[in-house]
Amino acid sequence: MSHTQQPVFIALQANNDTLPIIEAIQADNPEAVVHEYPAMVKIDAPGYLVVKRASVEERLGRPFDLQELQINLISLSGSLDETDEEFTLQWKSA
Amino acid sequence: MNAPQAPQTLNKPAKKLSLKENYALLTRGLGWEPTYQDKDDIYPKVKFEGIKIHDWDKWEDPFRLTMDAYWKYQGEKERKLYAIIDAFQQNNGQHNVSDARYLQALKVFLNGVVGLEYSAHRGFNMIGREFPGVGAAIAAQMQAVDELRHAQTQIHALSHYNKYFTGMAEFPHQFDRTWYLSIPKSFFEDAISAGPFEYIIAICFSFEYVLTNLVFMPWMSGAAYNGDMSTVSFGFSAQSDEARHMTLGIEVIKFLLEQDPANVPIVQGWIDKWFWRGYRLLTLIAAMMDYMLPKRVMAWNEAWDIYFEQNGGALFADLARYGIRMPKHWEQTVKEKEHASHQLWCTFYQFRHAAGFPVWLPTAEEMDWFSVKYPTTFDTYYRPRYEYWRELEEKGTPFVNATLPQLCQTCQWPLLFTEADDPTTICHREETYLGDKFHFCSDGCHDIFRHEPEKFVHAHLPVHQIYQGNYFNPGVDPTAPDFNPLVEALKYMGINPGVDGGDFQGHIDAVNWERWTNKPANMHAPMQTQPPAHTDDRKTA
Amino acid sequence: MSVTAIRPGYHGDMKDTVDKFHANQILGISWDKHLMYATPMCIPVPPQMPFGALVEQVLPTLFGQHPQFAQIDWSKAEWLRSDEPFTPAFDKSLADNGIGHKAYIRFRTPGLEGLSGASI
Repeated sequence: MSHTQQPVFIALQANNDTLPIIEAIQADNPEAVVHEYPAMVKIDAPGYLVVKRASVEERLGRPFDLQELQINLISLSGSLDETDEEFTLQWKSA
Repeated sequence: MNAPQAPQTLNKPAKKLSLKENYALLTRGLGWEPTYQDKDDIYPKVKFEGIKIHDWDKWEDPFRLTMDAYWKYQGEKERKLYAIIDAFQQNNGQHNVSDARYLQALKVFLNGVVGLEYSAHRGFNMIGREFPGVGAAIAAQMQAVDELRHAQTQIHALSHYNKYFTGMAEFPHQFDRTWYLSIPKSFFEDAISAGPFEYIIAICFSFEYVLTNLVFMPWMSGAAYNGDMSTVSFGFSAQSDEARHMTLGIEVIKFLLEQDPANVPIVQGWIDKWFWRGYRLLTLIAAMMDYMLPKRVMAWNEAWDIYFEQNGGALFADLARYGIRMPKHWEQTVKEKEHASHQLWCTFYQFRHAAGFPVWLPTAEEMDWFSVKYPTTFDTYYRPRYEYWRELEEKGTPFVNATLPQLCQTCQWPLLFTEADDPTTICHREETYLGDKFHFCSDGCHDIFRHEPEKFVHAHLPVHQIYQGNYFNPGVDPTAPDFNPLVEALKYMGINPGVDGGDFQGHIDAVNWERWTNKPANMHAPMQTQPPAHTDDRKTA
Repeated sequence: MSVTAIRPGYHGDMKDTVDKFHANQILGISWDKHLMYATPMCIPVPPQMPFGALVEQVLPTLFGQHPQFAQIDWSKAEWLRSDEPFTPAFDKSLADNGIGHKAYIRFRTPGLEGLSGASI
């Protein structure tokens, strides 16, 4: 898939539940930058960011449904697509 | 949602539906084609705005949320939230915030934002009824419930503060009547009195996607930084709904733009109007972030840069493929970001006796922070004002503006903004329509009026209502010799005159704060009051 | 440009017509380069009030706290009405000076341009 380099981001509450999610995002998105603010973590990436269910589950130690992101998600930027396996944010090239 | 793996038997368990299939079955199947009524009669508002929709089935919720998942996750968020609110109340969390000035921001929030949430609830109910597409109607239904939830959770969280501090008990009255709250009220009433497509672009796209990050992200992070567990909790709990609203917003706009090229100029016009109206509304947040958070996370100009210039820039770069451009007057917002919060705080300061919360001058330490964050403007334009007013306070002749301000017909702010390229001149624009004059704070507001003057001529401007003699409670006699129109107007607005507003120094919240916590009401200043002679609980006072 | 309406010529109620202000009219007034006053003022005034009375009796109640106000030489003040220069006749009424309902006037005081060189 071809995407632009315009910034996308995902922001999550900073709590114990999101630690494995943040680690999974870092592992799967080498260009992502994690910013820590009070009570919140904002992860920026150029043009594309993916959250993979399997990567989270591996770190979480129990079955994980990507829809559980609903509970700790604060905000996002980019066009969203969600399947059972991946939650992606991107700005596609025209 | 994950069924445990059943042991291998002769009857294999049914294959689990994928997210996409699940969503399609649980949403698309809910619609039908009417057989004995004309669709135009059932949905009378869907064509008048000129928007053309050829295929409603092309609308898809990217989160693919169905009602079963919705209730499950929302229920979980509610349980968490109310557990935190309980703990907060049990532990007297209201005394653990950074200082008593922080509490004043909560009053602006409760009186200004809760009414918006409730209006949004009504608005989404309306469009849920007005849209023929099943996917759109379901998304609207969920958002209507979300917005009601936001109003409720905010009221619950803030109700605990109401037990201890002034200015929060009359939030519905204040929202409907107070002069600086007609800004948020008129914003939403403009939206819900528009057609369904304008409403959804105004709120889902312009407000929720482009702008609400500025309301919630730095603000909620700021609440956390200032020790307000209650607000952080409802804020983040609401924000997780907001993420769905934002995706709805971007889905909506792409859906409309892809359905027919005729939609593009109509949508662009709405983007221009609602970007500007939403931006003006956010001036309130600018002042809250810069002046009302004793411990500051970031300055307004930084937040505008991150969340609009960069983030919004990326968004509009993406929409360029449809022929959509950046909103009109966006360049002005970049210039104004160095001024807006200061100009509003100066306004609140001089009209503090007419506010529902006390106001204060920034301390030397806080002004030094502003000098660093606003290097091109603060020391030139705003520090001299605050230092002069501080001198007057110390002399016992504090500066007060005893009359009422000129309001903008469109956004309803006082004309407190200056020309984009001249911060020493108030920006004023004027228009005559049907023989009457109308005034505006900016080209953006002027453009909005010119486009629909018929709509804005009946704007309810609080200052004019006061002068028409409409702002007093039933049972009050305006002909009585001791009738004080401004005092009665405050009461009508739900503000307790002489108690809720005025100077922070000596305000009942500050006095009580110091009495209850033994900490300064202003963390950057010494205690206002003398500490008690002894703190031995066993003795009576 | 206008709203899309069911019938032609539709407009909302004119909420602020002059008949609603109890024999007064509304006036917006601002002192240029004196941003100590964060916004222009909005006041009710009788249309027949002489312009001179506005200056001598009303303006001090609005701007009197400013240290430069007492120094104003009104013969040198410059006026704008609807952002266009105009020369008021002090002995004529507001109405006769073309200052009608919801007019907006500004005055400038050359040589008195606010405090601290910051237009305060």
